[in-house]
Amino acid sequence: MVAKLLTSQLYKVVFAVFVLTAPLLFSQSKKDTIKEKTILPVNIYKKNFKEILPAQTLSGEQLERLNSQSVADALRYFSGVQIKDYGGVGGLKTVNIRSMGSQHVGVFYDGIQLGNAQNGVVDLGKFSLDDIEEISLYNGQKSEIFQPAKDFGSSGSIYMQAKTPVFKNGRKTNLVLRIKSSSIQLFNPSFRLEQKLTDKIAASFSSEYLQTDGIYKFRAAKKNNDGSTAYDTIAKRYDSDVTSKRFETSLNGNLNNGNWSIRGYGYLSDRGVPAAIISNGFIPRGSRMRDENYFVQGQFRKKIFRNFETQFKAKFAYDYTRFADTLNVGDTALRIDNTFIQREVYFSSSNLYSITPNWDVSASFDFQYNNLDANLIDFSYPTRYTSLVAFATTYQWNRFKVLGSVLGTFINEKVQKNYNAPDKTEWTPSIFASYQPFDSNDFTVRAFYKRIFRMPTFNDLYYTMIGNTLLKPEYTNQYDVGFTYQKLFDHQNFKGIYLKVDGYYNVVENKIVAMPTANLFRWTMTNLGNVEIIGADVNLQVEINVGNVRLKPLVSYTYQSARDLTDPGESNYGDQIPYVPWHAGTFTMMADYKDWSFNYSGMYVGERYDGQLNNIQYNYIQPWYTHDLSVQRKFHWLSHDFKASFEVNNIFNQNYEVVKNYPMPGRNFKLILSFML
Amino acid sequence: MKKLNFFLLAFTLLFLLSCRTDDVVVPEERETLTQPENTAIKGFYLLNEGNMGSNKSTLDFFDYTTGTYRRNIYAETNPTVVKELGDVGNDIMVYGGKLYAVINVSNKIEVMDAKTAKRIKTIQLQNCRYLNFKGNKIYASSYAGPVALDPNSPPGRVVEIDTTSLSIQREVVVGYQPEEMEIVGNQLFVANSGGYKFPNYDKTVSVIDLTTFTETKKIDVAINLHRLQKDNYGDLYVSSRGDYYNIPSSLFLLDAATGMVKKDFHVAVSGMTIVNDKLYYYGNEFNYNTHSYTKTFGIIDVKTEQVISTKIIDQEYVDAIKAPYGIAVNPITEDIYITDARNYVVTGYVYCFDKNGKFKWKTEGGNIPAHFAFLYK
Repeated sequence: MVAKLLTSQLYKVVFAVFVLTAPLLFSQSKKDTIKEKTILPVNIYKKNFKEILPAQTLSGEQLERLNSQSVADALRYFSGVQIKDYGGVGGLKTVNIRSMGSQHVGVFYDGIQLGNAQNGVVDLGKFSLDDIEEISLYNGQKSEIFQPAKDFGSSGSIYMQAKTPVFKNGRKTNLVLRIKSSSIQLFNPSFRLEQKLTDKIAASFSSEYLQTDGIYKFRAAKKNNDGSTAYDTIAKRYDSDVTSKRFETSLNGNLNNGNWSIRGYGYLSDRGVPAAIISNGFIPRGSRMRDENYFVQGQFRKKIFRNFETQFKAKFAYDYTRFADTLNVGDTALRIDNTFIQREVYFSSSNLYSITPNWDVSASFDFQYNNLDANLIDFSYPTRYTSLVAFATTYQWNRFKVLGSVLGTFINEKVQKNYNAPDKTEWTPSIFASYQPFDSNDFTVRAFYKRIFRMPTFNDLYYTMIGNTLLKPEYTNQYDVGFTYQKLFDHQNFKGIYLKVDGYYNVVENKIVAMPTANLFRWTMTNLGNVEIIGADVNLQVEINVGNVRLKPLVSYTYQSARDLTDPGESNYGDQIPYVPWHAGTFTMMADYKDWSFNYSGMYVGERYDGQLNNIQYNYIQPWYTHDLSVQRKFHWLSHDFKASFEVNNIFNQNYEVVKNYPMPGRNFKLILSFML
Repeated sequence: MKKLNFFLLAFTLLFLLSCRTDDVVVPEERETLTQPENTAIKGFYLLNEGNMGSNKSTLDFFDYTTGTYRRNIYAETNPTVVKELGDVGNDIMVYGGKLYAVINVSNKIEVMDAKTAKRIKTIQLQNCRYLNFKGNKIYASSYAGPVALDPNSPPGRVVEIDTTSLSIQREVVVGYQPEEMEIVGNQLFVANSGGYKFPNYDKTVSVIDLTTFTETKKIDVAINLHRLQKDNYGDLYVSSRGDYYNIPSSLFLLDAATGMVKKDFHVAVSGMTIVNDKLYYYGNEFNYNTHSYTKTFGIIDVKTEQVISTKIIDQEYVDAIKAPYGIAVNPITEDIYITDARNYVVTGYVYCFDKNGKFKWKTEGGNIPAHFAFLYK
């Protein structure tokens, strides 16, 4: 234990020194000019020209304007996703792509996957949008072959691209200061400093502090059948407070025919864990979580020969989590105070060889080490060694493109106590194809098939008195067909249209679910459950100019029928799985006029059923729809740029729940001020 | 602009798909299951636990006089109660014209009128578990107690509630995570589980003197005790859940007067009820080594203290019932009621068998149907 403590402190010290000194060290070596470069405005429809399967993307200013506090909020604007949100800034937020389950989503930060071997889920509410240039969502996988083997390994992926320093007008230093405040008490200052060090090297350092008491009002109300009020009460939501700090630093360099980057990231938070609002349970429950997440990662990419390119990536991550009960400890029979420490080491090499200009092949090899320590009684202390190999090829024949890949996964686990899960070897394929039926490249049709699995997590396998080492992986099979239509016009008013439509059929096999054993205190994990999903995603974006006003309406729509086909003898056979609405959609309208910009977003999530599986009235959850507005104004004052933004969220003060018994905030306001050096 | 109108139209259409309505109190459902039956018993209440965090504990009532099953009666009977009955119903009892329901995670005992299920009062009690009664007092066990030597998991307590004022009057610290209680003479016996102290389970039955309301002794029985029932011959039957690994669940016979453990029946017991000198039990034992469940059923004659049958119902229904979770026997007709919690996340079932174990009817309860209380006319 002492040794463990020492190493953990050592990590922290080393890391803190690195984070704190990096910008100082690097800022001393100022050199001369770098070529002028401006950020290319990235639009949803610019992405399509290369990829077989287009991503859904939000970037740059669009991201800033979408009334989003975190990455999870921004993802709501994509089609085919469900966000589980336990409310407020502090509540857990996870994303589920096409109803296959949140553990099937790979989340990549600056090109390398964020791991969580313990429970397989990344809380996207923890990722601030301040340092993010672009968020992309890929179904299946990023249809590129020059990527690490891990990138082939999820049913769907979210890529968060961190900002890369860009220096305009011969500048050497960029500085952005920002402060956010909200009617749900929030103090959120941040800064980002970018420094050009040499012609080819730039450094950035950014940091953010967030503090919120998280208290907001919610309403619990029901009516009698005759329309009279049964009960109607307004209460305060507690246990949603957060204090967090984020430090991030990076070095980006260019080489001849290549580039490299190193990034250090630290996130520390102390937050309440909101509890379910139940009968006789509206008061603070005092469950808390403390997090420390650190990682250092680097990547290097170079074209070595005319037709051979190689890339290395490496990462070391350390995650500390502590859950503890803090209130009424004397009255709490099962006092929780659990600490978990995860370590991850990752190394990847990917290589691309172009056989002909139309035919590329790639081979990637990844190795990953994960371990988990916990202060649970009789804990197994598991370590997992994962080796991955991926072989992929793309071939283009006139207007037809195809990509095929196969991923091999080799897993070996060791435990210090109890029994380890047996070794696993899995080979899983995928194939993607696109075709342009007409001469113009406006219209593209595409299709893909992918089979992949997720490993049972450390919690699934080894959590004391719950885990089951006999678990098999959980598989998904995806079949998708779709088309894209995009056209830019020279018309005076009508500037462009982008339409993307996909229909899909997914099957989830061997779904891993928790089951109580003989009473509600003792649970276990089993491979139980098959889900069949039929769905459609639609994205539509248009650009219109009306006089001096630029309008950009954007619509996304999702249809999903996700049926539980586990056991024909069970009363919920064929019922919609929990929390998946049949219909969901968003509408946003962005308008720009001179230095003003205006944004409206409407969000709709249709009727659905909660965690008790039967589709009966008792388990029904109402649809919800919120309307958000924001106004931004740019100022130029004393040769500096300023930006002020005012947001109103949930304008009509709708009282809704995304997850049953976890009420969401009503109407709230937010003010954001930014200063750019 | 035409295009814009098109989008607005599309947008409007989308929103027409379905709109919010006011949340209404979910009404009760009625289902006629069988012929009316006229005995001294009016019917029984069934408390559905509801999964933890779901706030879905519900109350059902079966009316013998009409043969009707009334599902989810609490919400409509008590529409003004915010968030209804609550989270995880753990025990139910009819006594002195009142109906008492222990709602474990909601930390309360709901006191209702026994005939109408209308709420009379809510008694606050942290992590409350089971009920019993004597004279004009109600006793409730609770996992939560004052901080003792081991601050991680305080020992539990038993509280005494006056049936007129419906307030807690006395309390006594007992063993860890106390479960069911019985009263023999002037002594209250409570089974201590220590379920939160895994792997160091409690293994005692605490004996409380009702005059002084102090713990007079602890009887060592077996680990992880749960059920406790008395017979008419001064004996107590107490079940052990085992440790889910190597120590199996079992049933022990205790002499209440001497505190002697008289017998180990070596049968797995998850639930039991003593009616007309017969102890009906079922077991649904889980083992972490094999990750499998074993179901058992049986009857013990409490006069001879022997297992007289290892079968209560037909094999067809033993197979059909996925997770037996509650048992009750009508003292007049000796009809047997068994609940099936299925996979704990779907709606469960209630089965009725006659005294020979022949199937009579089956209906849906709520989520995790579990605890019964008979209502006399």
